[in-house]
Amino acid sequence: MDAAHGSAAMLVSNYVFPNDLHVHWSMMIVLYPYITGLVDGAFIIAALYYLFDIKSLQPVARFSLLFALAFLCCATLPLLLHLGRPERNLNMLLTPSPSSAMAGFGYIYAVSMGVLVFIVLFVYRPDLVELRATSKGRLQLLYRALTFDSIDLSKKALELDRRIIRFLVGIGIPIAVVLHGYVGFIFGGVKANPTWSTPLMPVIFLFSACVSGISAIILAYIIIRKLKRRSIDHDCIKTCIKILTLFFILAFAFEMLEVFSHSYLKSGYHHMVEGLLNGPLASSFWLWQVKICSVIPLFILGGMALLRIRVTLYNFMAAIVSAILLLQVLIMRWNVVIGGQLMSKSARGYTQFHPHFYGKEGILAVIVVMAIPFIILFVLSKIFPFWTQGNETKAKKP
Amino acid sequence: MMNRRSFVKKVLNGTIAGSLYLVWPLGGDSLEIPEQIPGIRGKPYDILDQEFAFIVDITRCIGCGSCCVADKREYNVPDGNYRTWVERYVKGFSDEIYVDCPNGGLDGYQHPRKDIEEKTRDTFFVPKLCNMCREAPCVQVCPVGATFKSPDGFVLMDEKRCVGCAYCIQACPYSARFLHPVAKVAQKCTWCYHRVRKGLLPACVQVCPTSARKFGSMKDESSEIYEILKGPGVLTVLKKEMGTFPALYYKGARREVI
Repeated sequence: MDAAHGSAAMLVSNYVFPNDLHVHWSMMIVLYPYITGLVDGAFIIAALYYLFDIKSLQPVARFSLLFALAFLCCATLPLLLHLGRPERNLNMLLTPSPSSAMAGFGYIYAVSMGVLVFIVLFVYRPDLVELRATSKGRLQLLYRALTFDSIDLSKKALELDRRIIRFLVGIGIPIAVVLHGYVGFIFGGVKANPTWSTPLMPVIFLFSACVSGISAIILAYIIIRKLKRRSIDHDCIKTCIKILTLFFILAFAFEMLEVFSHSYLKSGYHHMVEGLLNGPLASSFWLWQVKICSVIPLFILGGMALLRIRVTLYNFMAAIVSAILLLQVLIMRWNVVIGGQLMSKSARGYTQFHPHFYGKEGILAVIVVMAIPFIILFVLSKIFPFWTQGNETKAKKP
Repeated sequence: MMNRRSFVKKVLNGTIAGSLYLVWPLGGDSLEIPEQIPGIRGKPYDILDQEFAFIVDITRCIGCGSCCVADKREYNVPDGNYRTWVERYVKGFSDEIYVDCPNGGLDGYQHPRKDIEEKTRDTFFVPKLCNMCREAPCVQVCPVGATFKSPDGFVLMDEKRCVGCAYCIQACPYSARFLHPVAKVAQKCTWCYHRVRKGLLPACVQVCPTSARKFGSMKDESSEIYEILKGPGVLTVLKKEMGTFPALYYKGARREVI
């Protein structure tokens, strides 16, 4: 009966097109959306405080801006490492092809960077003016430059700052959304690949970006505060977890919706997508991404929302669930980027991917690329203090 | 009387003159290969008024791999990457389809597959190459315009502009592209554009012993290509649903061919 209905044309004989044996987009292209996602999620936290007046986020608001900045500084690093001819990277800006989704990245990135830098400078201006007064030598020169040589901290000036910050954050939100939704579209716009080619891709990328960024902020905040033996603001963690829960439910729902629509619509090369998820990706998708890193956090987040939990345990659970969700998003990126390429366009077979340890796209390079933002964050913390006496005790708006 | 010295001189002069006499008048012209695509040579090439098509006749392909060898030699294609390749399809009595393409078909299919247990009902070979899409996804996605469509309909690569991002490789539904392992730029079949502009057939077409690969101008109404494409025979394109509108047509392609 199957033969009569033409299934023979789709039968799998594990034939991979000869040029499909090699996976061209490897771990650096996994990191690229991961890093931009962390930036976006962290920025959302700051936006919720500075624009939407969620005051309980005050302890992490400034930190999340710096976190976003540190990671945004490194967002192009994986791309440069990935390019076959990185010395020609400026061609993307100098001779962009308007029809290409990828051509816009440089511009979107530059605008995001500009807006974020200005937000940081305005948010930190009162502190920078104080630091300028207390510092000497080159550091003072740096602070003079960062404050645009203005020491005006009058009420009027601060009010103007507040308005500018709100404006910048206001335009920063669509830019952040475009930045990451666009990264999703780079994949979603590839019609040749049935696992990527879905309008849901930008949405999935966007929500999972929020999940990873918020998780990173929660985890980093708890770890840094613990290491510095300072108190953890419970209200702040609670609000972050609530926001994280919302975004994670959305992200997970859309991730599952994509799989469900493939299997329900049975369109195009759905048999290949199903074969991929149940074959080469059975472990990394169903076991790790879905069961371990999505279902378990859902239960933990559910428990945290519904049960009365001691503060220390709540914070501990927040750190654990954030760590799992950071892993979930990384695995999701892996499954999309690497997984999508395992499926040959012959629609008859799957190739394999074995990561190298050395090399510019190897595991060592991944570790180095992921370590650099933390080094930048450390350097930034020396210039822009994460927490000062002023914002330790009470919620204060700039 | 001629002494030995003058004899040697005269012999040498004669040899040189004779050699020059043989070589000089030949020039480049006599070594030139006769025109293979009528109407290209001897007049200005109007780049805006050209239309070429490529037809692969599956019923004629014998899987000898000559086309793949010619292509590899023409472009020094690195091992493991393919501008063109020939697939072998085997159809069993259970309607199961078995496809393979060892070494891209470069060695020719000299032996039957031994790993198929059921009886073979049918077998055929499918040469693959760039589809020269009218709506080429590779051209659309190239962020720097290194992949472009020439006015005469060829999808070409400017390797000096390519940044090696491999987006075109992802976008090509036919997997006709690869990243050159040394040059680190994307490469693809060009239907031998450099030959076509000189009135020569693509290397793979020229060497095909059974005329399974056909190439020609649609502006030449006497060409075989024109006759087939305008005739009543059934032609198909690969992955029509991708909306790429290829200029590569298949004659006798079975529905199992992807």
